[in-house]
Amino acid sequence: MATEALGWWGVPLGIMAGMLRGSAPFLFVSLGECLTEKSGKVNLGLEGTLLTGAMSAYAVSYLSEKTVGSAIAPWLGVLVAGLAGMVLGFIHAWLSQQPKVNDVAVGIAMIIFGSGIAFFFGKPFIQPSAPQLPAFELGAWSNIPQIQSALKVSPLLMVGVLIAPLMAWFFKSTRWGLFIRAVGDSPDAALAMGISIKKVRMLCIIAGSFLAGIGGAYLSLYYPGSWTERISSGQGLMAVALVIFARWNPIQCLWASLLFGGAQSIGPALQAVGIEGGYYLFNASPYILTLLIMIITCSPKKTLTGAPGALGTLT
Amino acid sequence: MKPAVKTIEMKELTLPPELEVVNMTKQFGQLIALDNVSLTLKPGTFHALLGENGAGKSTLVKCVMGFYKPTSGEVRFNQQVQAIDSPRDAQKHGIGMVYQHFTSVPAMTVAENLVLCRYESAALIDWKAEYEVLNAFMATAPFKLPLSVPVAQLAAGEKQKLEILKQLYLKSKILILDEPTSVLTPGEADEVLGLIREEVVAGHLSVLLISHKFREVTAFVDEITILRKGKFAGSGRVKDLTIADMAEMMMGEKRIPQTVQKTLHPDPAPVLQIQAIHANKDNGLEAVSGVDLTVNSGEIVGIAGISGNGQRELVEVLAGQRTATDGQVLVNGEVYRASRTEMFQHRVFVLPEEPLKNACVPHMSVAENLALRTFDRSPQAKGWMLLFKPIREAAQSLIKTFNIKTPSPETPISNLSGGNVQRTVLARELSSDHINLLIAANPCFGLDFAAVDYIHSEILEARNRGVAVLLVSEDLDELLKLSDRILVISEGKFAYESPIADADFASIGRSMAGH
Repeated sequence: MATEALGWWGVPLGIMAGMLRGSAPFLFVSLGECLTEKSGKVNLGLEGTLLTGAMSAYAVSYLSEKTVGSAIAPWLGVLVAGLAGMVLGFIHAWLSQQPKVNDVAVGIAMIIFGSGIAFFFGKPFIQPSAPQLPAFELGAWSNIPQIQSALKVSPLLMVGVLIAPLMAWFFKSTRWGLFIRAVGDSPDAALAMGISIKKVRMLCIIAGSFLAGIGGAYLSLYYPGSWTERISSGQGLMAVALVIFARWNPIQCLWASLLFGGAQSIGPALQAVGIEGGYYLFNASPYILTLLIMIITCSPKKTLTGAPGALGTLT
Repeated sequence: MKPAVKTIEMKELTLPPELEVVNMTKQFGQLIALDNVSLTLKPGTFHALLGENGAGKSTLVKCVMGFYKPTSGEVRFNQQVQAIDSPRDAQKHGIGMVYQHFTSVPAMTVAENLVLCRYESAALIDWKAEYEVLNAFMATAPFKLPLSVPVAQLAAGEKQKLEILKQLYLKSKILILDEPTSVLTPGEADEVLGLIREEVVAGHLSVLLISHKFREVTAFVDEITILRKGKFAGSGRVKDLTIADMAEMMMGEKRIPQTVQKTLHPDPAPVLQIQAIHANKDNGLEAVSGVDLTVNSGEIVGIAGISGNGQRELVEVLAGQRTATDGQVLVNGEVYRASRTEMFQHRVFVLPEEPLKNACVPHMSVAENLALRTFDRSPQAKGWMLLFKPIREAAQSLIKTFNIKTPSPETPISNLSGGNVQRTVLARELSSDHINLLIAANPCFGLDFAAVDYIHSEILEARNRGVAVLLVSEDLDELLKLSDRILVISEGKFAYESPIADADFASIGRSMAGH
C-alpha cells in the first residue's frame, strides 16, 4: 500500500537513503586515505583496517555491554576500532618507510593481514548480537515507513561530514597541514626546511588508519549492523579510487562518498519498485563507477592536478 | 644628542656580523674535499667564492650552513666561535642559503611557501594577518612575485627569485648564493645581482656568492676568494685584480700540454659534422644555441667547459638521447639521427658520462651489457632467438682483454665499481673491429689514476688507428693532454677554438668563465 503510494518516488528515495546510510564507510576511509596520500604515501591496506575495525567494534560493543550498558558500549566499540586501526597503521607506516620497500606491496600484505586478524578473532562474534549505534530519526515527521527509514542518520555520519571541512581547513591554515603538503609534494623541499619526513608520514598514516577503523565500526554497528565475513563490499579498496576522483580534496571526498553510497543502493532501490532485470549490473554500479573513474582520470602523459608529487615514487 | 646615538646604535644593530671560516677541513673517507681553507666575510660586503668544478666551493658553504660537519676548523661570528649543527641553527644566526636547485613546494602558492619556510611560525595560520605582512614585505622587496600563484606555474627565473626572496623574508643577514644566475637570462641576472648589491651597500646584508662567471664578479663583487682542488688558492679585492690574475689563480700555474705519441694522418676526411644544432634542457630553456663543428678521422677534438654550459645536452643529441630542436648532424656525409641501424652502419660509438645511467642496464649482467651492441646480429642471435653461449663467450673474452674485475659474467653490472663499469662500457664500445667515430664525455670522472691512464691510452690508440674522436670533458688537463684541437663551450656556444699547439691557457680559462 505504502509502496504503491510511493511508486517511482521509491527510487530516488532509495538512492537518498543509500547515500545517508552507506556513504559513511566511504567517507571515513577516503578521508583517512586522503590524509595519508597528502603526505606522499599510499595505504592500500585500508580494506584490512576496515575489517579489523568492524570486528573489534562489534566485539568490544558486545563484550562491554554488561559493564557500561548498551548506550555507551557501541561508542566504546567505535573508539577501540579507531585504536585498532592505529595499530595496523603503525605497522604499515613502519614497514613502508624502510628503504626500498614498495608501498603497494605492503598495502596488499596489510589487506590480507587485517582481514585475517578480523576473521580469526571475529569467529566467536558472528552469532551474538551487539548493541548498535543510535540513529537520529530525521524522518519522524512522516507517516510513510519508507521515508522514516530513509531519513535515519547516524551521528557518526554527521561526525564524518564535519571532519571533511575541518580537514580542508587543516591543510590550508595550520602549520602541520602545510608540513604534510610539503612532505607529500616535494620531500626535498621539506628536508631543506628541516621537516622530519618519516615522522610526518608516520603520523599521517596512523591518523588515516584511525579514521578507516571508525569507518569499519560503522559497518558492524550501524549498517549492515552485524559482524560477518561479508560485511565489507570493498569500500576500503574503492576509497583509494575515490580519493583520486576527489583530487585529494577533503570536501570533494565528501561529495564523492555520497555519490558512491548512492550508487550502492541503485540496485536495491530499483528492485523495490519491481525492476528485476539487470540486477547484477546495478549492484555492480559502484565498482563500474570506480573503474570508469580510474580510466578517465589516469593519463600516461601528465600527472593529475592536485596529486602530491611524491606519491608513487620511492622518496 | 640622544637620537643621534640611537640611530648609530640601530645602524650597528642591523649591520650583519662578520663571518670567519678558520682552517676548515672536510674529508669524505679518502677524499679531502677541503684542505685548511680560511675565509673572511666582512660585514656589508659582497664576496665571491671562485673555483672550477670540484674545487670545494659547495663543500665549504655546506659546512658553514650546517649540512656537513667539518672534520676540523671553526666558524666565527664577530670573533666568537659558534658551532653550527644544522641549517636551522644557521638560520638562527641569520645565515641563509639560496641553492642551485629549487627548494620550494611546487603545489603550494608563493605565499604558502614563504610562510612555510619560517622555522618558528604559529600552529594556526591567520591568513589575513599573514597576507598583510606578506604584502608589506613585497612592497619593499627587490623583486615582486604574485602571492597566490602556485610555484609550479612560475618560470625558472621567477622560481630563483622566490628562493632569494625567501631568505630576505627570513631576514637573513648573511646570504650565501650558490650559482644563482645559472637559470637566469643575463638581463635577469644583472637585475637580481644589482638589487642584492644595493642591499649590501645599504648595510643590510653580507653576501657570499659562488660563481664562475667573471662578468658578474667584476661588476658586482667587492672581494674574492679562490679555491683550487680543495685548497685556498688566492684572495683579494676585485679592484686590485685583473681577470687574467683571477683566471690564473683558478687554474693554477700555466701548464704546457703534455706530449704523447701521436701519429700523423696525412689525409683527414671529415667524419662528424655538426651543423647549427640547437637543443633544449629538460626544463625547456635552450642549452645548445647553434654549434658548428667538424671532426676528421684520426684526430681528437676536445670540448672544454664548465658543467652546465650545454655540453651534456650536445652529447645527448649525438648519442640519440635528446632530439635537437634545430640543425642537423652528418656522419660520413649522411644525415645522422642516431638510430640503431645508422649507428651500426656508420660505426659510431659513445662513452657517455655517468655510464651506469646512460650506457648500461643496471640489473642486467655484465655479459648482457657487453652484448648490447651486437645481440641482435649473428653470431649472438639467430633470427629472433638469442644464443646465450656466444654472448657468454664473447663476454669472457672481453673481460679478459680489458681486465674488468667482476665475480662472473652473470653479475649484475650495478654491483661493479665505477671504474669497472667504465671498463665494461669501454670494452663494448672499443672492441669492435672497425670504429669510425667515438664520442666520449667525461670518461674518467671519478676514477683512480690507473683507470684514467688506461682509458686515455685506449682513446689515444683509437685515434692513432684513424678513429675520429670527440672528447667532451670538464678536466682541462685531460683535454690538453689528448686533444689535437681544443674548443671551449660557454652558454651553449663555442667561445674559443684553436689547434693544441697554439692553445693559450689564459684565453681558455677566460672563455670557460664566460668572458
